[in-house]
Amino acid sequence: MSETINLLLVGTWQTIYMVVVSTLIATIFGVPLGVLLMVTDKEQILHNEPLNKILGTIVNIFRSVPFVILLIVLIPFTRLLVGKAIGTTAAIVPLSVAAIPFMGRLTETALREVDRGVIEAAQSMGASPFQIITKVLIPEALPSIAAGITITTINLVGYSAMAGVIGGGGLGDLAVRYGYQRFMLDIMLYTVAILVAMVQLIQFLGDILVKHLSRNR
Amino acid sequence: MIYIRNLTKVYHSASGNVRALEDVNLNIEKGDIFGIIGLSGAGKSTLLRCINMLEKPTSGSIEIDGVEMTRLSPSELKEMRKKIGMIFQHFNLLSSRTVRGNVAFPLEIAGLNKRAIDKKVENLLELVGLSDKADNYPSQLSGGQKQRVGIARALANDPKVLLCDEPTSALDPETTLSILNLLKDINRELGITIVLITHEMNVIKQICNKVAVIEKSRVVEQGPLIEVFKKPQTETARNFLKSVTLSEIPKELKDKIENLSHEHLEGKIIKIAFFGEITTEPVISSIIRKFDVDTNILYGNIDHIQGMPYGTLIVELRGKNGETDAALKYLKDLGLDVEVIENV
Repeated sequence: MSETINLLLVGTWQTIYMVVVSTLIATIFGVPLGVLLMVTDKEQILHNEPLNKILGTIVNIFRSVPFVILLIVLIPFTRLLVGKAIGTTAAIVPLSVAAIPFMGRLTETALREVDRGVIEAAQSMGASPFQIITKVLIPEALPSIAAGITITTINLVGYSAMAGVIGGGGLGDLAVRYGYQRFMLDIMLYTVAILVAMVQLIQFLGDILVKHLSRNR
Repeated sequence: MIYIRNLTKVYHSASGNVRALEDVNLNIEKGDIFGIIGLSGAGKSTLLRCINMLEKPTSGSIEIDGVEMTRLSPSELKEMRKKIGMIFQHFNLLSSRTVRGNVAFPLEIAGLNKRAIDKKVENLLELVGLSDKADNYPSQLSGGQKQRVGIARALANDPKVLLCDEPTSALDPETTLSILNLLKDINRELGITIVLITHEMNVIKQICNKVAVIEKSRVVEQGPLIEVFKKPQTETARNFLKSVTLSEIPKELKDKIENLSHEHLEGKIIKIAFFGEITTEPVISSIIRKFDVDTNILYGNIDHIQGMPYGTLIVELRGKNGETDAALKYLKDLGLDVEVIENV
């Protein structure tokens, strides 16, 4: 029993570690990517057709590769970045790479929701594109961006279940190796229960954050 | 102050070119409240946005205070825009900022320090009467209050010009009046030139001293408001004026006139349009005294623009042997616009 608990604790910790770190990385790179995707589009403040097309294509390519394949394809890149290709930390690289374009698209969509009139008002006051991004677009879209981060985090919980392919561990890996391959139904049930609880908690916290950010609006 | 010359704007789209503005020429002088009226799609919004280069003109020139707007570099344009305030039909406030934060926004953009911003914001909120709402968010305000925030924000960098894009079209009549009065005060007390676009003649009538009528991408008529009111040159202008004056005779009255004309064989029904000082002259009683005529007032109204009275009177004249004709001539000689609407 204590061994089961131990396995579950380690698995839960690995999942939390992978999800939290890759969510942070995805936010740090994905939000600016989303801003770029939005502002360089047609009729936007920094319209740049070639850049927009290139970024859009790259984002689409990464989003169309199934995650299991991305895990393997990225092994050389992972080794270059963290010095090893297997393990929990190594798994963060493909998780982040998968989540950045996703977060980028969600951010882009959130920014598109900002009223054009508000952007126009800022332009009429002589605001620079950078001021419009930092003082108008991002603050106005912040609740939607927060909702996007919540969705990305939950997506990463799902992706992290595949991290076992490169020895990343985590709850998903536990379920496959013990629950499925060793017929330990209890472990299978526990991991699923923990994952369900985790997703519920993330959604709950995300909703509170969004609500807090959109108060008074 | 603002001189627009041969301004043309063409939009290129997949389905062909759309000419939004065609050879527009306007002179807006310092201190004017210049109204531009037109139906939706006429091009008035594009015209207003060309003034601060939110829309880039295809050709032509726009000179503001001696500066040729079409030739400014992006950074020069940013500086120039700080001197041109703008308010909008839908207010366009930042929902993420309080009233105070919204008014501070243009000052932050201009790079003022926090103390200077705070002081300025206090003064501006006082000017628009919203000091007690400083910490509220736009969603907690009424439409009129939101537009007041918009006005305070537009005035933050002490502009010389205030562009108003349908500023009252989303407001109820009472709030419209209070916003228009505020704009009038701003014009008078701060000496800010106002350019306003609208589709409501009533707004023009309330505050503008000059008006331009825009139709199908062209300015078809422009001049001092009173001139345009007195003698509209185009059908479009006349149609807009109909909404604020009685140039159409009400149907009930028409029916009545029909009946009257059958009863009295020697009458004339005339419409007198008057404008200015003549309104206060006792013209009706003087024709009764001077000529052998009876008068019967069927309809009348008087209104004011810019403090000047104007109105319409429909009168039945009854008299013998050319007395009515002599009375008519007398009225015309007084400078009144007289029209016989039913010759019996």
